[in-house]
Amino acid sequence: MQTLDSVDAGSLRSDIPSFRAGDTLKVHVKVIEGSRSRIQVFQGVVIARSGGGVRETFKIRKVSFGVGVERTFPLHSPTVDHIEVVTRGDVRRAKLYYLRKRHGKAAKIKERRETPAS
Amino acid sequence: MTSTPQQSERAVKAILGTKLGMTQVWDDAGRQLPVTVVQVGTNVVTQIRTVDKDGYSAVQLGFGQIDPRKVTQPLRVRADKAGVTPRRHAAEFRTSDAESYEVGQELTAETFEAGALVDVIGTTKGKGTAGVMKRHGFSGVGASHGAHRNHRKPGSIGGASTPSRVFKGLRMAGRMGHDRQTTQSLTIHAVDAEKGLVLITGAVPGPKGGLVVVRTAVKGA
Repeated sequence: MQTLDSVDAGSLRSDIPSFRAGDTLKVHVKVIEGSRSRIQVFQGVVIARSGGGVRETFKIRKVSFGVGVERTFPLHSPTVDHIEVVTRGDVRRAKLYYLRKRHGKAAKIKERRETPAS
Repeated sequence: MTSTPQQSERAVKAILGTKLGMTQVWDDAGRQLPVTVVQVGTNVVTQIRTVDKDGYSAVQLGFGQIDPRKVTQPLRVRADKAGVTPRRHAAEFRTSDAESYEVGQELTAETFEAGALVDVIGTTKGKGTAGVMKRHGFSGVGASHGAHRNHRKPGSIGGASTPSRVFKGLRMAGRMGHDRQTTQSLTIHAVDAEKGLVLITGAVPGPKGGLVVVRTAVKGA
């Protein structure tokens, strides 16, 4: 319990699905162009979640036209319209920075098979 | 005194509070803002200074709880005169509309509204004995080229036989921090009257738990 938890509570979002590193997400981002705003989708693999509370961020990596693109979003940011979990990944690390050095099949993440909770 | 002489000509609002710490919020445009949370709770007016009686126009505020056993005689007398319970801290601010306040009146976070420009006065964190690089921003001495164990030293501190002394006020190493500091022109982001909190964009001087004065800005508007 931190002193400012009650202040932060107002900024926290409750509509965020649970996801972890290795999962593939579709992040629907609000983009403001002049006076109108539209939704842009950024799809990629979660390579890190960092921070906690209202400051928590997550990093999404995708390869666009052969170029690696990474974007960091604040988890509770109002510019994120909503988050869709596409697949769950089977990984053993919390930070997947090793993906940056890999290409093609080597950069593939195994999909997690849902096993009944033991 | 928490106001400059020029300010006694203006209607100034001020309130005492405790710095709780910093966090972040998002504004309406979706931008992330760093904010400092100041707990003001309730302030109480303990005395009104008038031009006739005191030669200047000001309001004296009391703030903060104090253990009744720790209340000294002068503090108790002052509180009794105002007819309030003794408070931990006291401060005055000069304002032209001091007469509009009354002794015993309570001021809350609602003194300020969101969007108001304020100055915040506090005592900076003490840094202890600090060298000239940290204390005054000196450049120090080169890392190499034969520099001999003098990387963070000030270098020359003046001439030799003329003037055969070191000038007064020359910046040297010493105690740093724990100074009164005013951070000007900060914006009030939000006011939570229920919890007695004021959210101020940007940083304010002092450690968490430190006493700060939030006052109408001297500059701007």
